[in-house]
Amino acid sequence: MALLSVRDLRTYFVADEGTTRAVDGATFDLYAGKTLGIVGETGCGKSVTARSILRIVERPGRIVSGEILLQRDGGYIDLAKLDPDGREIRRVRGGEIGLVFQEPMTSFSPVHTVGDQVIEAIQLHRRLDKARARARAIELFRMVGISRPEGRLDEYSWQLSGGLRQRAMIAMALAAEPRLLIADEPTTALDVTTQAQILELLRDLQRKTHMAIMLITHDLGVIAEMADDVVVMYLGRVVEHGPVDQIFHAPKHPYTQALLRSIPGIQHEARVKLPTISGSIPHPFARPAGCPFHPRCALVMACAAAPDGVCCDHHEPELITVEEGHSVSCHLYRKKGAAVPLALESAR
Amino acid sequence: MATAANIVVTPVETPPPAAPPAPTAPGLVDGRVAEERVSVASQWQLMWWRFRKHRLAMVSAGIVALFYLGVIFADFLAYADPYASEGQRTLLPPQAIHLFDDGRFAPFVYGIKGERDLTTFKRVYVEDTSRKLYVRPFATGFDYKLLGFIPTNMHLIGLDGAPTETNLFLLGGDLQGRDLWSRLMYSTQTSLTIGLVGVTLSLLFGVVLGGIAGYYGGFADTVIQRLIEVLFSIPSIPLWMGLAAAMPRDWGIVQVYFAITVIISLIGWTTLARVVRGRFLSLRDEDFVKAAELAGAGPWRIIFVHLAPLFLSHIIAATTLALPAMIISETALSFLGLGLRPPAMSWGVLLQQAQNVQTVALSPWLMIPAIPVTIVILAFNFLGDGLRDAADPYGV
Amino acid sequence: MLTYLAQRIGLGILTIWVVSVLSFVIIQLPPGDYVSTYLAQLAEQGSTASAAEAESLRVEYGLDQPVYVQYAKWVFQMVQGNFGMSLDWKRPVADVIGDRLALTMIVTVAAILFTWILALPIGIYSAVRQYSVADYIFTFLGFLGLAVPSFLLALVLMYFGFVVLNANIGGLFSPEYADAPWSLAKAWDLAQHLPIPALVLGLAGTAQLVRIMRANLLDELRKPYVITALAKGLSERRAILKYPVRVALNPFASSIAFLFPQVVSGSIIVSLVLSLPTVGPLLLRALLAQDMFLAGTIVMLIGVLTVIGILVSDLILMWLDPRIRLYGRR
Repeated sequence: MALLSVRDLRTYFVADEGTTRAVDGATFDLYAGKTLGIVGETGCGKSVTARSILRIVERPGRIVSGEILLQRDGGYIDLAKLDPDGREIRRVRGGEIGLVFQEPMTSFSPVHTVGDQVIEAIQLHRRLDKARARARAIELFRMVGISRPEGRLDEYSWQLSGGLRQRAMIAMALAAEPRLLIADEPTTALDVTTQAQILELLRDLQRKTHMAIMLITHDLGVIAEMADDVVVMYLGRVVEHGPVDQIFHAPKHPYTQALLRSIPGIQHEARVKLPTISGSIPHPFARPAGCPFHPRCALVMACAAAPDGVCCDHHEPELITVEEGHSVSCHLYRKKGAAVPLALESAR
Repeated sequence: MATAANIVVTPVETPPPAAPPAPTAPGLVDGRVAEERVSVASQWQLMWWRFRKHRLAMVSAGIVALFYLGVIFADFLAYADPYASEGQRTLLPPQAIHLFDDGRFAPFVYGIKGERDLTTFKRVYVEDTSRKLYVRPFATGFDYKLLGFIPTNMHLIGLDGAPTETNLFLLGGDLQGRDLWSRLMYSTQTSLTIGLVGVTLSLLFGVVLGGIAGYYGGFADTVIQRLIEVLFSIPSIPLWMGLAAAMPRDWGIVQVYFAITVIISLIGWTTLARVVRGRFLSLRDEDFVKAAELAGAGPWRIIFVHLAPLFLSHIIAATTLALPAMIISETALSFLGLGLRPPAMSWGVLLQQAQNVQTVALSPWLMIPAIPVTIVILAFNFLGDGLRDAADPYGV
Repeated sequence: MLTYLAQRIGLGILTIWVVSVLSFVIIQLPPGDYVSTYLAQLAEQGSTASAAEAESLRVEYGLDQPVYVQYAKWVFQMVQGNFGMSLDWKRPVADVIGDRLALTMIVTVAAILFTWILALPIGIYSAVRQYSVADYIFTFLGFLGLAVPSFLLALVLMYFGFVVLNANIGGLFSPEYADAPWSLAKAWDLAQHLPIPALVLGLAGTAQLVRIMRANLLDELRKPYVITALAKGLSERRAILKYPVRVALNPFASSIAFLFPQVVSGSIIVSLVLSLPTVGPLLLRALLAQDMFLAGTIVMLIGVLTVIGILVSDLILMWLDPRIRLYGRR
């Protein structure tokens, strides 16, 4: 039974200039004790997906459709239906789902001590007096490997190093022992050694608490190391979803394949230009019709050549299960004779 | 770990391949054309496009332009000699102008009869409805030189059959029985030009000192910065008052005029110097400056070709925003009797007559000069705001 | 922290020095020296002073010595509390100023408090509800507040008070308290008269502060720590009030530094229109009468008080911002 199920989530930003479909039909599941990696280029909707789950999407963004089902007491509650500033969602935020994100420098208020902010998080979800909450905060700091926790509590975030700050951030996210930790690029701003330590810490904490982790990153290395399952996103859509081994060793979607080709490897010949993905991410107001990746796809099928008349620049592909637990959204894997998808004019 | 952790997806941006041509919605084609237009437009063009979107700033630009047209043609717009005082017309209320006479468009005013109320000893005025004085466009009046060199006596309006000076008071008369409208025209001329002269002086101080601070940095920067901070924390009005009061009494209008502009700009330069210094500092280390240097451009070429356009737009905006402060300063000083003194005319000088509440309560039209002051300052603020936003055309 | 404080105090002393030089220039600028002006006045009134008397006065004020000695003498006497004689009033300058200086400060502080109390909620509201109708209204009113010079606003208010309410809304005291010694009743009377000068003097500053607060808060609202606070489970209202508003308060506090001189400046001229018993009307009269010792002293004292006001704002800022407290910078 999945801990959290996201079903066909769509989060749009509606402005005068046009509508940005930041998340456009994302579907995936998260399981206790497992890590789901979400990977994609900047602007593919990874972070907005995370924020949609917690219902903290900034204006003018808003969830237009889809379900976010959180398992609770044997049943499910749909987070997408909750009042975004209501009591119920606030119980979920920090209480059941913790968030760690990419900028440890600015994720803490510069004029409040780190301890003040962590203790606040504890007291929001646990009925503890100030002294006990402080003791709990010290315990949390020790758990995430901060030395001299008593002293650190009274320091300001800008007095801590990047690694310590991220550890403090994780401690704050874990204040109420959430069942799910969303880590949005948790190591991007850190140097390589600290990165490795933080990832190690997350793995360690997961072993101890059996929580689920949703790890958002653009770093395929981190994914390879941490994730059990991987979701590859492109322009707000899930293009491929599968176990980490399948994604790395038998990628199906041309986009995933291209991503993996653009990684420098130790056995590659030196001083040779790496293959790149041609073109760039289209402007959000000018999404291509059909498969959003088709203008950059090497294997694009034009209408005349395509079987059943299904072509990439006209028909939007749906997620097709290629094997157990591995699905891909690409017309290349269409079974012959399957229903022709509706031609969707995405660009408006 | 080490190799794996460093694998980062960084798609390099390359032009899209020629095939396959993406079918695009018509909107997208327009979008591309617009994008192209944007990418080849000069910086000034971009600023203009951006400025145009700021409606309030556009309207304000129109208002400011109108006011300065008024400055140029003040003598033409004034229909009465601003110095012609008439004891029989002191504190005459504004006159109603009647546009139609017997259903025919023929603007006229009634003649005025002034009498002294024998119980209160105040002058009271009544309209003499038997005497219609027709308002004529392009009438002849007092002599003046149009634009300073064309001798003429034509004015926008005048009266038929009676001397204009003693019979037409559209905005009423002042304590000496002089026509407020005509005096307002000349005051606008003084107040708006004194602001310009003052701001030019401030600009000179500001650009030189701010430029030195920003360009040389180090000790010079510290000294100038401290000086600016000190001048910022001194209350300016008492200081101006002191300096203005120390002007010799026997100075003529022109001397006082320039002394006042110097006094006002003595403190006004600080804001401009800050802007200049800040721009200098931030631009000095920009990549494109380095690139120009590496390409072999000399310092003058860098300053005038690469930096000046970026600079100039900010300076124009800052200057526009500094102007209202200058105008207020002059008005305040003259209002106190420490700035321009009669017979000079400025908004502040006119408002001096409105210092006393009892007088104003009986003759509220003496406060009329406050209206152009407010409008001009508001317009300059909006205009400056629009210019400041437009000055950074690549910003958000 | 101590470096920061020392820096600020150093700047304050520098400012006081510059003001003292400028004040001295104001005293010295008019033609003739103090004694000749004094003698001329005596002559006007029909009495004469002997040449010996004049000479002794010259020696007392050091007028026979070079300018820098005169300056040093003047400063030295001022430090001892001797501000010289007012020609116009024939009394020591200190007597003439009396409690007018204190009243000037009371009016100034009241105007700044008014500014804060009004600007804070409006600024927060305009930022949180950016582009709402109320935001536009406040923005427009703000521009209007900036555009109308305070003395004109005072004039218009006086006019309406006179015509509509048929009352004099100026002054700081009711007639019965004007010359009365200080008492609780007099203080209460003062408090009741303060709102109008505070409004007139504070309006332009309020408009500025609303714009500052709005811009700062808009910046802060986009910072990740707001999302952190929300992700912890704080309600939007509490999250905004506790974090971004608190951070945006720092530049707000430092605004006293420019607000103070501005309001003191404004109070000089507004006092004249509203006939407030501050140093404003006194300064104007002194300047028009060429009573330079009085004028120079007033300019000097206003400068000193402004520096003190700015130092207080620095202390508030240090208390508010841990970055200044710990590192001496932001």
